[in-house]
Amino acid sequence: MSKPSDLVQGTLDMLILKILALEPLNGWAVGQRLKQISGGMLQVSDGSLYPALHKLEQQGWIRAEWKSSVNNRRAKFYSLTRIGRKQLEKESASWNSLSAAISGIVNLKEA
Amino acid sequence: MSIQQWFYALPLRLRSLFRRKQADQDLKDELRDHLELEIAQNLSRGMSPEDSRSSAVRDLGGVTQIEERCREARGVSSIQDFFQDLRYGVRQLRRSPGFSVLAILCLTLGIGANATVFSWVEGLLLRPYPLVAHQERLVALTGTTPDSENPETSWPDLLEIQRSCTLIDSVIASKITGATLSIGDHADVTTGSIVSANYFDAIGVRPMLGRGFQPGEDSGRNAHPIAVISYRLWKDRFNGDPEIIGKTQRFSNVVFTIVGVAPEGFFGTFVGRAMNFWVPASMEEAFEGGGYKLDDRGARWVEGYVRLKPGVTRQQAQQEISTVASRLEAVYPATNRGHGLQLWPLWETPFNHASTLRPTLEIMVAVAAFVFLIACANVSNLLLVRSFARRQEMTVRLAIGAGRGRLLKQLLTEGLLLSTFGAAGGMLVAYWCRHALALLLTLYLPGEMDSRVLALSAGVCLIATLLVGLVPAFQARHVDLASALRAESTGVVGARGAAWLRSSLVVLQVCLSFVLLVGAGLLIKSLHEVRTASPGFSTSKVLDTSAPLVAAGYDAPRAKVFQDQLMDRVRSLPGVESAGYGRVTPLGYIPFSETPIAVDGYIPSPGEQPTVEYNQVSPAYFPTLGIAITSGREFTRDDDENAPLVAIVNRTMAARYWRGKDPVGQRLQVKGKWAQVVGVAADSKYESMSESPRPFFYVPLRQDFDREPELYIRTAQPPQTIVAALTREVRALDANLALYETITLQEQVDRSTSTQLVAVTLVGILGGLALLLASVGLYGLMSYAVSQSTRELGLRMALGAGVFNVLRMVISRGLTLTAAGILAGIATAFALTRLLGGYLYHVNPRDPLAFGSGLAVMMITAVAACLLPAWRAARTDPARALRD
Repeated sequence: MSKPSDLVQGTLDMLILKILALEPLNGWAVGQRLKQISGGMLQVSDGSLYPALHKLEQQGWIRAEWKSSVNNRRAKFYSLTRIGRKQLEKESASWNSLSAAISGIVNLKEA
Repeated sequence: MSIQQWFYALPLRLRSLFRRKQADQDLKDELRDHLELEIAQNLSRGMSPEDSRSSAVRDLGGVTQIEERCREARGVSSIQDFFQDLRYGVRQLRRSPGFSVLAILCLTLGIGANATVFSWVEGLLLRPYPLVAHQERLVALTGTTPDSENPETSWPDLLEIQRSCTLIDSVIASKITGATLSIGDHADVTTGSIVSANYFDAIGVRPMLGRGFQPGEDSGRNAHPIAVISYRLWKDRFNGDPEIIGKTQRFSNVVFTIVGVAPEGFFGTFVGRAMNFWVPASMEEAFEGGGYKLDDRGARWVEGYVRLKPGVTRQQAQQEISTVASRLEAVYPATNRGHGLQLWPLWETPFNHASTLRPTLEIMVAVAAFVFLIACANVSNLLLVRSFARRQEMTVRLAIGAGRGRLLKQLLTEGLLLSTFGAAGGMLVAYWCRHALALLLTLYLPGEMDSRVLALSAGVCLIATLLVGLVPAFQARHVDLASALRAESTGVVGARGAAWLRSSLVVLQVCLSFVLLVGAGLLIKSLHEVRTASPGFSTSKVLDTSAPLVAAGYDAPRAKVFQDQLMDRVRSLPGVESAGYGRVTPLGYIPFSETPIAVDGYIPSPGEQPTVEYNQVSPAYFPTLGIAITSGREFTRDDDENAPLVAIVNRTMAARYWRGKDPVGQRLQVKGKWAQVVGVAADSKYESMSESPRPFFYVPLRQDFDREPELYIRTAQPPQTIVAALTREVRALDANLALYETITLQEQVDRSTSTQLVAVTLVGILGGLALLLASVGLYGLMSYAVSQSTRELGLRMALGAGVFNVLRMVISRGLTLTAAGILAGIATAFALTRLLGGYLYHVNPRDPLAFGSGLAVMMITAVAACLLPAWRAARTDPARALRD
């Protein structure tokens, strides 16, 4: 699997935030969820997932906690912080306007 | 990042900094969890256990790389690198203690010299008054006159400035004075200030006991006999009496009530002396004499300071004050015509020692900078040698993937480590030396180690880091991987690689030390000239003292009686050859009086108003000071207030105004009255050793009386023996009187040249250190060059080169560098010593002797520095050198 392009790299942060906005998850589950939701369209290597998670954590948008998981062992769970939620709103809004603009151009009827 | 983000991020960063192991372990756990979950999922899809594992590992990718990228995300890796470099640097320093100690000593010296000089500049010129608030807004205030130097102003003018200037916060008067202080049976002369009532409020100093002065206490003749005393006086003379407030104390002969004790560490506002008491201006008459002057616009006696409003420049305030001065000229022409007012920055204050110290400190700043540069060049050179020895290490680090930026960081960190140790040492040096000026000058001259000095020294330390760290880094630039596998190069003496860099550092050191040597040479010669030149009067056998009669309340008739009685007693003391009074001591601190004169037959050119300085002297003044009377007679006891006015002129005056004719018997008009010239005295020096012969005359003390003249005693006995007897005689006449200090005229003359002595001493010390540093640099370079070229030397010797040849080869290489340095030094010195011009007495700034001896000393030092390495080179065993 190739390294995600710049566009995907930029949007990866937003996708992670969105997924964590639904429920707190561990790193592995975030990767699984990404694949599921996008129907395999977006394949993010596990190698870029973890640095991205750590970066988001350092920026204060997500918070990590060690919790007991299903099989009763400690696992690191990520959840959205308050300012992370704001950031997600901001990024979603700009994504929506950008994608609307782009699809408007792409869907132009050729004369 | 926003504040809210920091709220989350800060604990994380701190954790990754200080609990790095824990953070790393968490990361490992997280990735292991991931693998386990992935494997479990693969198993549940029906993969074999082996496939499950290998697929999971493959999907995740290189664990080490992920960990490294996650660590980078923590944003603290550069800090961690720094600490790693620091630990590594400390290890490096401990591995070669000789090198480390030498390098740190060099930097200690360089940074210490600078910090010390900064502390003097700060403590004497920029922030001279401890505990005084906002000194950056304080400027000195003096009067100006078109013809003579009269740096004082009058009380009514001072009040006028306070009233009409809008750009200033306050005007304060602060006039130095002295008083006899008797406590019990012990009397002493002590120094204090006559101040305006706003003094303590305006400078922001609150007395630690009691109060300062209140508005209005500086008006009314002798109306407020109150005083604030210094902490030291309170401790030493009043034994720290907690009940001191309200007690009375005689200052001179007036009883004062002590209303306050100044806080510890406050020494008043006079550079060079610590004040011991403060009295309000209303009490001026008790100390100054000459009548009550607060209402007299023509009596100019006040020295003071002005505090500018925030944001106002000295120039703006000067403009406003000049306007006030010209208005005063117009309104009060009788007292103020030709008089102006001037503001000075504190470091140019004319009425204390700031202005005499400034040139010395300027020289010291330059010299300290030189020493610093030499020290840095030396340490750079040491580091270069070492970086060459560490080339292998650098290459290996580059080969296994360290970035060049990372190497640079490490070298700079090592430089920082050295300069930090150096700076710490330098601070200690400065702390010990901050009061050293006082030792050399017998004045109160404290250095100040405040935050600004520390900040400046930190800046110097930073520059040192860059200078000593970047030079080896510059060389490390040339390290390339290809050379990693090549054997250690065996250079020819001084002809290889970055040798030019090391050589030019040595040339720089030689150049700078040479300039310092020449400067020291010039100053030494100048001091020698000053101290050996004759001032025209004898200095070694004559003592000088005086008694504070004005302050003790003597009026003129009483003073005359006292002076005559004391003179009779002194003359009868054993060992006294002669004694006399004079109002002003030549080459002293107090200026002579000056008067317009007229002479029969001398027609002044248009616009010329002949003005000549004069002194009031008693009978026996001339034989006591050893000034010859070349024609006529000297003054006698008969030349008193009832006798016709007489005068004695000096030879220059006789030649100028009587055109070579003998003036004895001629008339001279002094202050509007005619006096008869009865004698001609030999010329001498009057105000400074460097002045050219000038007209001067003398009048009898009794005909122009002064209550407090200097007493001169010519004796072959050592001063101490006379002082005891003298004190006894003074006490016998008045038990409440103490003498001012008793010194020989030689000491007096030496004091007038003491700042030169300080400059010579300090430049001499620092010049010697610079020379030492430069020779260490040269020695290091030559030793290194020899050690690197053992093989070549061995080869040459095997081919028949003799010991002498080898010696010559090494020494000539060293001397070539020295010669280059000296050439550069001569050019630099030519350009720079000109700046010393005003400082030199009878010495040309390009004095060949100073340049010549600088050259000789430098050359001898260079030969000495090269001799040992050359000798080692000459003893190379050819067989061994070739075998190794």
